[in-house]
Amino acid sequence: MTILTAVPPPEAPGTAAPVPTGTAQAIPGPLRFIGRALRTLWSNGKARTGIIVLGLIIVVAIFAPLLAPHSPSATSFTPYKGPSGTNLLGTTGNGQDVFSQLIYGSRISLIVGVLAGAAATFVAVTLGLITGYRPGVVDEVLGFITNLVLVIPGIPLMIILAAYLQGRSVWTIVLVVAFTSWATGARVIRSQTSTLRTREFVTSAVFSGERLLRVVFREILPNMTSLVAASFFAAATAAVLAEASLEFLGLGNPATVSWGTILYAAQQQNALLTGQWAMVLAPGLAIVLLMVSFTLINFGVDALSNPRLREK
Amino acid sequence: MPVNDRTNVPALTVSGVSKVYHVRGRDRKTVAAVNDVSFTVAPGAAVGLVGASGSGKSTLAKMITGSERPTGGEITFGEVAVGRLRAGGLRRYHHQVQMVFQDPYGALNPLHTVEYTVMRPVQNFLGLSAAHARERVAELLETVGLTPASQFAPKLPHQLSGGQRQRVLIARALGSDPELIVADEPVSMLDVSLRAGVLKLLAELRRQRGLSLLYITHDLLSARLVTDEILVLNSGQVVERGPTKQVLQHPQHGYTIQLLDAVANPFVASRGGLGGSAPHDSAAQAGSPANGRGSK
Amino acid sequence: MALLEARGVNVAYEPNRGQRIWSVRDVDVVLEQGEFVGLVGESGCGKTTLGYALTRMLPPPARLTGGSIVFDGVDIASLSGEQLRRQRRNGFALVLQSGMNALNPVRSIGKQFGDVLKAHARPGDDVSGEGIRRRGAELLESVRLDGGVLSRFPHELSGGMRQRVSIALALALQPRMIVFDEPTTALDVIVQQAVIQTIKDLQAERGFTAVLISHDLGVVLEATDRVMVMYAGRIVEDQPARVMAHGRHHPYTEALLSCYGDPRADVVEIGGIPGSPPDLSQPNRGCSFAPRCPVAEDICRSADPPLSALAPGRAACHVRARAGQVEMEASHAG
Repeated sequence: MTILTAVPPPEAPGTAAPVPTGTAQAIPGPLRFIGRALRTLWSNGKARTGIIVLGLIIVVAIFAPLLAPHSPSATSFTPYKGPSGTNLLGTTGNGQDVFSQLIYGSRISLIVGVLAGAAATFVAVTLGLITGYRPGVVDEVLGFITNLVLVIPGIPLMIILAAYLQGRSVWTIVLVVAFTSWATGARVIRSQTSTLRTREFVTSAVFSGERLLRVVFREILPNMTSLVAASFFAAATAAVLAEASLEFLGLGNPATVSWGTILYAAQQQNALLTGQWAMVLAPGLAIVLLMVSFTLINFGVDALSNPRLREK
Repeated sequence: MPVNDRTNVPALTVSGVSKVYHVRGRDRKTVAAVNDVSFTVAPGAAVGLVGASGSGKSTLAKMITGSERPTGGEITFGEVAVGRLRAGGLRRYHHQVQMVFQDPYGALNPLHTVEYTVMRPVQNFLGLSAAHARERVAELLETVGLTPASQFAPKLPHQLSGGQRQRVLIARALGSDPELIVADEPVSMLDVSLRAGVLKLLAELRRQRGLSLLYITHDLLSARLVTDEILVLNSGQVVERGPTKQVLQHPQHGYTIQLLDAVANPFVASRGGLGGSAPHDSAAQAGSPANGRGSK
Repeated sequence: MALLEARGVNVAYEPNRGQRIWSVRDVDVVLEQGEFVGLVGESGCGKTTLGYALTRMLPPPARLTGGSIVFDGVDIASLSGEQLRRQRRNGFALVLQSGMNALNPVRSIGKQFGDVLKAHARPGDDVSGEGIRRRGAELLESVRLDGGVLSRFPHELSGGMRQRVSIALALALQPRMIVFDEPTTALDVIVQQAVIQTIKDLQAERGFTAVLISHDLGVVLEATDRVMVMYAGRIVEDQPARVMAHGRHHPYTEALLSCYGDPRADVVEIGGIPGSPPDLSQPNRGCSFAPRCPVAEDICRSADPPLSALAPGRAACHVRARAGQVEMEASHAG
């Protein structure tokens, strides 16, 4: 009972796919990952567009003081004017320059969008991983709560919360938005976790002696990066719109300058009747542009979890 | 003679083990995936569990490796009562009992390098420093034929062929320096041309390290090549057992005969024989040298 | 006239920009009506791709980049859309590997038969509920299944039964040719045998041309009359099944045969083939098998061997062709 091989056992070094020459050990892991992620995203046409647009909006937000011709809150102009040389997008009912407001407004929309999106995603990932990995009582209870939050209509809940909370600030908005948008992500991540949990490489990791936390964070989560990233961009997109909606409804702080408050003012001041179409269109377009940029980036996120595409 | 540099290697004892599932739903019934199975894997032995899908062999494997609990009977590895292990005990158990999985594609995390995958059991169970663990990994890779180790260590699973992936899985299983390896259909998803290499590797490792091997398969040919003793399972029960060569040459139970007939052998087949469709005379078959190339 | 005459079939696909993989290279296949042919090879050899190409079922991004496929006098390589669909109706069918998974899980078997029969109904065909039930039961019977299966759903059937249903569906339109892509790979070894026997019986009864694609040489030799061995996208050997286990063959075929054995023998040895198949994204020079071939010579590394006569069939090997030549000359001289 012998096994014969024509030539000694060791297989010739793979003539399979081309191998990336060595991995630079000098650069720490997480940074290399981000570098690779950015490169992968850049190679995708839609994602590249999204990155460029988002990049522009970020630049505008950072350099607002330099880019805005006037102070956004200065009421020094003739009110209710349409677009002109000094006021590219006209003036508000209080004599403020809409263009400058638009530029400064990018800050709030970006901050709230990103922060609320990140907070919602964080909650979604934590809950999703816990409930997906260990079926049982904890899963049932948390699952029930998730479904409950999911079923409650988002905007009305946000309105109630915002109206209820005393302090009217950006942070209130961030909290309210995050609190109402984690549920969808949690469900999606839960189902993906429970699918991955049964994959053989997870069993293999358990056999290799890995402990629970390590299995969840080093085996399962990395295989969900594109899902988490997609959840984040989706949440951020929704957050931008939610924030603008809340401001528009007057539930934000009217003193802050954001795209939503411009729309609020436009509504209050009947901008369309007074011929200030720019005051209505511009913030709306800006909101859409930001949301679209997040969505476009999302198209390229898929490549992140697929190591085959990573090599490029 | 096997070089057994181990003393007191425990034996795996499976006694009267059953696994019964209660099916809820329209037709309430109980399904016995495994029914009163008993056998022993002596230290350094290679035992085969042979059967088609649904025979219970995979369920048995899961119970033996602690992934599931038997509903009846007992499994012991040395002094350890496997059926009653919980998280911490299970981890320690895996130091001694490891598994080689069937699917070389699915059992490797697509995002981890070969080195990472093989290093984890080494670090978790042997408590070596990172540098020493790396050396150990290099040794293991060489042992399983992935040489030079430095070329394979940084590779990702999708850069390897099926046979290479399976070797990585074997290296991973060896990482904890186990005493018993449960190999669940380790070659059935590989091309035939790659099987000999992997099977020979398993046989070698057993010899060199005095490992015990529990080999689970539906393929009688590989069972014949790797095991000394086999058990034939059908619907959760052992229908035949004995020394491998003997059982295959002189099968007693109808199911074993059926399994043997179903083996598609190019040499038998091309002479116009279609095993199974004609009455089979096992006595005539046994004892006579097999026809065609490759056997004497 | 041969039922299928394919010449110069080439299939390429581009998984990423700038990388092109030739999965089928320059293949000629001639099939007569009623032949039962096996297409054998290991992972990545192109056999499934070839099967799909011949039935015009290649999923993008794979593309048929060249050649003609003349089926019953019509070059189907150049057809598409409605014309192609019409050719399928009375021409050829494909039974998929996960034939089981090709069944729609939310429709009953009977409804799925109905879908096929109605979609390709010709004037005069009875596609009423009753007609479909009758026809469905007939078809199921021919694959040894009870007519009652019509009312069941795929998940209620075993793997073997589902595979038989797929075969019955393929028979529904009475095709002249059926390509079976690994019909038994996902099945139990005992069920496998039964399904292969059914396919054999059907082929003998109805006379359709059958192409059996499999990685298992044993299964193929058991069922087919003629075997084609593929390696690296090319057909390297083409022989009647009865001669495959003996005599001289293409070194790859011989190596493949050595990987099988009889578990009942007194001494069992199996071989393996070291190395890996070539990278199909690179153009090859010389014989693709040369790096792994035990008898390779210089000419093998520089010139790609054509399929030439190796009695009673053909093989693409310089060394064997030359030996065959010498033998022939010797027998003429003697």
